[in-house]
This record gives sequence, structure tokens and C-alpha cells, in this order.
Amino acid sequence: MSDIVRTSKIQEIAYECKVEEAMTKDVITVAPSDTMVDVWMKLRDKRISGLPVVSEGNLMGIISVEDFIKCIIKGRKYEQVKNNMTTHIEFIYSDEPLIHVFKKFEKHRFGRFPVKERDTKKLVGIITKGDVIRCLLKRLEKDYYEEETQKNRMENIFHDIKSDKTTVILKYHVKGKEFKKAGEKSSLLKNALLRLGIATEITRRIVIASMETEMNIIIFTDGGEITIWVEEDKIKVNAVDSGPGIPDVEKAMIPGYSTAPDWVREMGFGAGMGLPNIKNCTDEMKIDSKIGKGTSLEFIVNMKK
Amino acid sequence: MNIHKVKQIINAEVICGEELLDMNLKMGCGCDLMSHILAHINHDSGSVLLLTGLTNPQVIYTSDAVDIKVICFVRGKRPDDDVVKLANERGVVLMCTQLPLFESCGKLYKEGLRGISENV
Repeated sequence: MSDIVRTSKIQEIAYECKVEEAMTKDVITVAPSDTMVDVWMKLRDKRISGLPVVSEGNLMGIISVEDFIKCIIKGRKYEQVKNNMTTHIEFIYSDEPLIHVFKKFEKHRFGRFPVKERDTKKLVGIITKGDVIRCLLKRLEKDYYEEETQKNRMENIFHDIKSDKTTVILKYHVKGKEFKKAGEKSSLLKNALLRLGIATEITRRIVIASMETEMNIIIFTDGGEITIWVEEDKIKVNAVDSGPGIPDVEKAMIPGYSTAPDWVREMGFGAGMGLPNIKNCTDEMKIDSKIGKGTSLEFIVNMKK
Repeated sequence: MNIHKVKQIINAEVICGEELLDMNLKMGCGCDLMSHILAHINHDSGSVLLLTGLTNPQVIYTSDAVDIKVICFVRGKRPDDDVVKLANERGVVLMCTQLPLFESCGKLYKEGLRGISENV
């Protein structure tokens, strides 16, 4: 299993990373009018084996050690680059994914590919196998580091942080009438609680209650805010909205009593189970509602010892 | 009963989560009321199959809240791509069958899948 995951991780990065992230931007080039001696001096000084030939930013050809040696043999080392370069060039665009470079290396046996910018067609970099590997390693290290620090930061927060009282506060804004996204915030909350190391059972009770709360805000109000206080011994949730308020809280607490419009029922909600459901899965629940002003709902789930 | 078997019994098509079909299911729940799912599915819901006629994103969010991992849409309904994406992100298996809800439930129950109140 872990092998499969690893392979796909590299592939994932190779698809995600663009050539421009990996390439060397500072490209050493020669001009078509330079001599072969100029080429040799650059190759020697920079300890490289090939150079792109560039005129006004445009890639004209590639010149390599091999081309230089051929010139020496023919005794033409003062000849211009343009008469000795390779003009059939395999290049790659800077916005292509790294995986394309892999494929190109497999297909052609070149050590490097010049990189062009797609719009301007100008040379913007050069990419070697070394560049690709460096880029992959850098990304792997970054991802690994993020994962590790997140793990450390989150999982044992209540054990690691020494204080007389530690509280993590989470806040979610819920837009009214936006049914398409209904449930999204509770789903985010679920992930957050699990990352904080809260037990599955406690997380589930909180998420069920917050899901019902989120639905109520979306169905009945123009929007509201859900705040969650995560403490070592309990989780407290408070939801406030700005209206219209619940006309009869007692009735609303009766299972099956619903004032939800048909469009809500058609989507599987509004069955009059919301508030009773919240009460059932929490340890404490309090509603304060004023017609025209809004509703404040508070519930608590205690952590089991 | 694993998901392969469920697929066979109700002639279902797997929409996503093909790699998870070995997962074992103990109970089934046929429901179009998401609030009832939130209210009545209490424990070990990792082994519950939800059969529903709803295909909106809330089905996924609701299932996620109670840790349901396998959902089958009945009456030939198919969710759109957004819903499939949500399911994929959560490792949820989605299937669909042409059968109506009652018949799907009946066939599965007859083959040994229990109900959530039986608490197996």
C-alpha cells in the first residue's frame, strides 16, 4: 500500500509542478554571430556541455561540445556559431507540467531542453534532469514538513500546550438561502475536530448538531455565524442569526413540527427534526429567540472521562 | 455482505470508490429524509448502506456527519459531478440502481442485510 501511495505522490507532484518552477532561469547563451572559440570558453568556464543560441530572445539553435570538436578537426574554430549549430530543436513550454519533461527525456536522449514562453515564444530557461530531481525533492520536503508540523501542532494540542485553560475557537459564517452549500461548514468542522484529536463519538455528536443548526440558519434566516469553543473537558457551540426568530420555541422542540417551506422538504430536510435532534445529541441546549431580532442557540457536549 | 454482493443483488452500477468494494456492510437504511439519518444512525455506521432517491450534495454532507461510507441512489438517479467529487474527497462509495427504493431494500433484506434498528 505505502509503495503505491509513494509512486502516486511523485506522479502527483510531477503533474502539479510546472516546468517554470524547476527550470534554471539564468540561461547562459551565445549569439549566432559569436565564434566557436567563444562557445568553447563559455563551456569551459561554466563546466557545461551545451548552449542555446539566442538572437533577441529567440531560440535559434543549440550548440554543444561535440559541435565544437567537429570544428577543431576541420580547423574552423573561428567560424560563426550560426554555421555549426543544430537547428532542429526539441524544446518545452514553461507552462507544461513536469511530467512532460520526464516523457521528453525518455523519448530523446538529450541532457537538456530549452524552455520557451508559450505566448512570446522567447527563451526563458533551460531544464536538465538535475533540475527536475531538485524540484521534486524540494516539493516532497515541503509537503512532508507541512504534514509533520501540522500533526505536531494539532493532534496533541491539549497535552502540549501548558496553560491553566486552553480554548480553541472556531468560527463559521453561514449564508442564508444558499442551499447548494448547506452542510459544507459542518463538514469542515468535522475535519477540524478530528485534527484537534477529539474522539470520533464526541465529534459526531457535535457535527450532527451543527449540521442541523447550519440547515436551520440556511432555511429560515438570511445568514448567521456558528462559533465553537473547544476546551479540554467540553465543546461549546453558539449559533446566532439576525432573524426572523422562532415564533414558538416550545412547538419547535416537538419532533415532526415543521414550518419549513416545500422546497426544503424536497431536498430531504425540514422534517421537523432539527431542534429535537440537536437536543438529543448534546448534553446541554439553550435557545434564546426574539421575533424580528434573531435567534441564539447554544449547546454543549461534554468530553467523556 | 460486501459491496460486490450488494451490487449484484440490486444490479447496481458503481459511480465512484471502485477500489473499496471489499468493504463489509451489516445494515441498510432506505431514507429520503436527511434529518432522520442524522437522528437515527448512531453507531458503527461505517457498515451502513444508505439507499436514497436524493442526489444533492447534502446527502454526502449528511452521510459524512454520521460516517456512512456507502450510498446507493435508487430509481436510476445519478448525482452530478460536484457530488461525486465530494464523495471522492471523503472516500465514500457511490452506486446507482434502476430499482425503486422499496424493491432495492426488499431484495437486500431478503439476502441478509439487516435494518439499523436491529442493531447487529
